[in-house]
Amino acid sequence: MAILIDESTRLVVQGLTGKEGQFHGFRNRDYGTNLVAGVTPGKGGTDLSGVPIFNTVSEAVDATGANTAMTFVPPPFAADAIMEAAAAGLALVVAITEGIPAHDEARVYNYVTQTSASRLLGPNCPGLLSPGKANVGIMPPEIALPGRVGVVSRSGTLTYQAVHELTMLGIGQSSCIGIGGDPVPGTSFVDVLDLFERDDETDAIVMIGEIGGDAEEQAADFIKANVTKPVVSYIAGVTAPPGKKMGHAGAIISGGKGTAAAKMEALAAVGVTVLDDPTEIGNAIKAIVD
Amino acid sequence: MGVPVPQGRLATSPTFAGIAANELGGTVVVKAQVQVGGRGKAGGIKVAASPTEAEAAAAEILGMDIKGHTVHSVWVEEASDIAAEYYASFTLDRSAKKHLAMVSAQGGVDIEGVAESDPDAVVKLHIDPVVGMTEWQARELVYRAKLEPAATRKAAAALKKLYEAFVSLDCDLVEVNPLILTGAGEIVALDAKVTLDANAFYRHPDFADFEAAFTRDPIEAMAMEADLNFIKLDGSVGIIGNGAGLVMSTLDVVDLVGGRAANFLDVGGGAGADTISNALEVLTQDSGVKSVLINIFGGITRCDLVAHGIIEALGRLDLPWPIVVRLDGTNAEEGRAILAASPNEQLIAAATMREAAEKAVVLAGSN
Repeated sequence: MAILIDESTRLVVQGLTGKEGQFHGFRNRDYGTNLVAGVTPGKGGTDLSGVPIFNTVSEAVDATGANTAMTFVPPPFAADAIMEAAAAGLALVVAITEGIPAHDEARVYNYVTQTSASRLLGPNCPGLLSPGKANVGIMPPEIALPGRVGVVSRSGTLTYQAVHELTMLGIGQSSCIGIGGDPVPGTSFVDVLDLFERDDETDAIVMIGEIGGDAEEQAADFIKANVTKPVVSYIAGVTAPPGKKMGHAGAIISGGKGTAAAKMEALAAVGVTVLDDPTEIGNAIKAIVD
Repeated sequence: MGVPVPQGRLATSPTFAGIAANELGGTVVVKAQVQVGGRGKAGGIKVAASPTEAEAAAAEILGMDIKGHTVHSVWVEEASDIAAEYYASFTLDRSAKKHLAMVSAQGGVDIEGVAESDPDAVVKLHIDPVVGMTEWQARELVYRAKLEPAATRKAAAALKKLYEAFVSLDCDLVEVNPLILTGAGEIVALDAKVTLDANAFYRHPDFADFEAAFTRDPIEAMAMEADLNFIKLDGSVGIIGNGAGLVMSTLDVVDLVGGRAANFLDVGGGAGADTISNALEVLTQDSGVKSVLINIFGGITRCDLVAHGIIEALGRLDLPWPIVVRLDGTNAEEGRAILAASPNEQLIAAATMREAAEKAVVLAGSN
């Protein structure tokens, strides 16, 4: 068992006929993911390297039994595409698109959670990988190794870095999940921690956060109450310059949360192994699982 | 956007400020135009009872340095008859994943202090982005914040308009402070801070021009032109990486091994050869850079294209520093082979992120 995707995943790619959608969709298929359909309005009835293309997501679901969508649609149309996938009843919608306006994301998140049972991962995320089982997204699968460590991260490239560090030490992963760094992620650290905690094939968890927001502080509260498995964490941005100033409103909402120091302190306080060097993630996990 | 504001004029010299004050008539307020908060406390806002006084006030404020921002222009506006100062803001609450309205009857210079000492004085209400702000929510904010009862209808209408502007203009933040009640019972927005969402610029083409006009740092302007996410820092190791998280952690590792980053430069996802070449060109503009560290973990970005970009830049530009390169991920082997096929003593390969940081820091110290 891995989390969210495995051998039972039946993938439909929104934007499969585009350059990025095609490259990554077929790289996912080459990895063994069951790519069953593509959706591009106006190209329904054609096929691409043996994969049938449909005009709408619901047609693709009816015809192929797809249960997972990956969205590679440009920002102006991405919000609509995500809502279409949720309305079609897919269990998981993975939104790779980067650069969706924040107001669109807020609307989409609330629409999806209020009107469907779909789980949204992203947007602006690298997707997810269950090594040896399925790859949905843009992660380079050759850096991963099947195993029993769960990885969850807000950053795409830092996820690869962490997975790479583990693999170099011969430590495999159950699932690697990139939740994305946008202000309104469909799936949070808390959601993924909960899934890893319940997964019989995950023994330890790597969680990679970054400055801004309070997702890591929420994760710390959740870990304290619900997580029994060991967690190793790194927060990027200890030395980063302060980001875009959000007026008094930002200061009032954050109330001192959001800095790397505050996040590291919150996580350390609940027993998480907190690292200040991302290149030590592998060794820290090795010390725990050995 | 339908919210009343005082009459005013922009002036770039004391003489023009005097003329503006004369046109407006009566007492005016002269305000420094800078993109930073706290200008009132810094002496950037002055009241003038006559055109002569307005000219003198503008002379004092123009050229002033407020938190590193030089004042190039002032806004001269009619003085308002202030009966009460309120606070109103709309932003996204990332934690709740909903819009958040905040309203207080105690607006003015120290709203953060009010929020800290008397949290109940700042009324907060979440708004569902699918539904938008409703009439009852606008009224509820006014009643709960205990704004002047006689102004309820006008205050609620102003909040509704501000929320509509927040959404339709794709703002990350709309903050009006103070939102005033005049002696005549009108609600007027006296000052505002608005932050725009760069991701939504495609819907508002004029915003990008506006932002570019206010970017004063020439290196940052050049980076923005090339679609690179660049922030100038004060160290000596130039950093180029892909993905904000990886670049931030590269800064952290450089710091851990005893160096200081000269900048944050994220080439984003899917960078091609020209992107990398442009990034190197941007760093040539910063004389503080002594060595450069390129840290790429390819996902959607292909390491072979990154390598081509580096080679292209070495041929096209006079790059004055050693470049340490770490490539992993998508097409990393091809990328390393491309670099190895063009031997150049300026290029130093590193197998890991830590090794790359150590090499770049040593080179920055000896260059």
